[in-house]
Amino acid sequence: MNDEVIRIEGLKKHFAMGSGRFTALNGIDLSFSRGEFAGLIGPSGSGKTTLLNIIGTLDVPSEGKAIILGESVGNLSAGASAALRKSQLGFIFQSYNLFQVYTVFENVEFPLLLQKIDAQKRKKMVFDALEWVGLTDKIKSKPAQLSGGESQRVAIARSMVKRPAIVLADEPTANLDADNSHNILQTMEKLNRELHTTFLFATHDDKVIGYVRRKIFLFDGKVAKDEKIEKN
Amino acid sequence: MLAFKLALRNLLGAGLRTWLNVIVLSFSFIIIIWLKGLLEGWDRQAKNDMIRWEIGGGQYWHAAYDPFDPFTLSESHGTIPDVLSDSVNNGTLVPVLLSQGTIYPNGRMQSVLIKGIFPEQEVLALPSTKLKSDGADIPAIIGKSMAENTQLKEGDYVTVRWRDKNGTFDATEIRIAAIFETNVPMVDVGQIWLSIDKVREMMLLPGEATLLITDREGWQSEDTDEWIFKDQKTLLSDIENIIKAKSFVGIIIWAILLMMAMLAVFDTQVLSIFRRQKEIGTYVALGMTRGQVVKLFTIEGAMHSVLAALVAAVYGIPLLALQSIRGISIPVESKDFGIAMAAKLYPVYSLALIAGTIIIVLLVTTIVSYWPSRKIARLNPTEALRGRIQ
Repeated sequence: MNDEVIRIEGLKKHFAMGSGRFTALNGIDLSFSRGEFAGLIGPSGSGKTTLLNIIGTLDVPSEGKAIILGESVGNLSAGASAALRKSQLGFIFQSYNLFQVYTVFENVEFPLLLQKIDAQKRKKMVFDALEWVGLTDKIKSKPAQLSGGESQRVAIARSMVKRPAIVLADEPTANLDADNSHNILQTMEKLNRELHTTFLFATHDDKVIGYVRRKIFLFDGKVAKDEKIEKN
Repeated sequence: MLAFKLALRNLLGAGLRTWLNVIVLSFSFIIIIWLKGLLEGWDRQAKNDMIRWEIGGGQYWHAAYDPFDPFTLSESHGTIPDVLSDSVNNGTLVPVLLSQGTIYPNGRMQSVLIKGIFPEQEVLALPSTKLKSDGADIPAIIGKSMAENTQLKEGDYVTVRWRDKNGTFDATEIRIAAIFETNVPMVDVGQIWLSIDKVREMMLLPGEATLLITDREGWQSEDTDEWIFKDQKTLLSDIENIIKAKSFVGIIIWAILLMMAMLAVFDTQVLSIFRRQKEIGTYVALGMTRGQVVKLFTIEGAMHSVLAALVAAVYGIPLLALQSIRGISIPVESKDFGIAMAAKLYPVYSLALIAGTIIIVLLVTTIVSYWPSRKIARLNPTEALRGRIQ
């Protein structure tokens, strides 16, 4: 059985800048298997968020290939890439990106609504997801009533509720203190182990780096180092 | 269905921001419906009053009669043709004889139109029974505006002078037997009503008339060389033209009100798209296409008008119903308008008016909501996710 969920081949991404162009990714070759817990590590401008956006089908390669779950990102129609995000990809953002007018329950429920899952099943799935992150007592709270750590846990529940194959987390701990950072990283690690979801982080936070089992160092749009760490 | 559910959730979740817009929009609904209802009520009342007081179901005009040329009055009279005399005898056709004259109220001189009508007639709403005479004096009735202008009161005597068919001037005293109140200036201002028999006697025109007024719409006309039938529609054409002109002004006011309401929706949409870029990016990241997000924002905007219609119904139905029952006092004299206008107007709110207004507002709101929402389709989701202004 082929466990490969992401394959990147000769990936380049250029952005127009004035009369010239800026190369954010310059020939990336990578492959990720199901259940990996990996980090794209590098300073600002190294291309990690750009790579995450392409893997998340929010952006397209300028050159090369990015094949996600067998689908080539550059060839996907808007509808097909949206369908892929809707069912197979989860996103966790630095600033949580929760819908402020929704309750915790409604935020987590949102991806299931898009998938048109029936109400009863939806409710159970939302409660399961909130149980994973330990927030079943906050279902009626609005994001403004939550701490940063709680908000990020809601974001994790929202990304995991549909049981995606891949979760993409862009600087998930950047706005959190050390305790909350460890807390949510432990939660994600637990979900990764239990559900075999592939987690891919874009980070330069040492706390995150301490948790990942594969470290891919990016520098100037290229992979500088790719190391796997054996953990028990 | 999902878009409606999410739009409603977003709107209700936005709380005060939504309700402020909804309340403003509901005011527009009410004002638009109220204004249209008032104009509709005015139109109906004006037409009904003109029919009741002045034109009846239609009129035969003597061929020489031209209401816009007073010099034709001395020639515009004739005997009632045989084919119509039965109708006159059974009261379904009322003859009216017109003549110019002068009255001298309180030492002043004033030109008047003398109108003769059967006291027993029941076609017009005039209190013509007051014209019945016991022979001691000549009773006359005048409208309230005429009474105010001439300062004549019930029971007053006033001298009236006229010229008979031979051109001979004569004068007599008449008694103001009644002062009637009407919204129709054409039967009031500058006019006195006498018994037609008396006017015929004064004018030396026995059995003659200027107009024959029918009692019902759809009268089967029998034109003769001397008498031309004018149906109700023709006789109402002047007021119809005034109503059309008034309706045009009404449409402009209506459009201004609608534009003001739409400006609020448009403004909210523009602000929403500006403020909610991160949210838009998140929708896309979670699996919505940009087209779906445009649809969601459009429905959100349009839903303002649905909520506004519901809110407007809560306070608007009792308010408008009360007004349509009690009427609205108009602090203007009807004669200043030149058309029939009551001291109290009763707005008419038809189902077509209410449904039409709701549909038009809903359609316009949808367009106004869609217009700025199109920008979403051009947003770069990766930039939107970071909340960067694009």
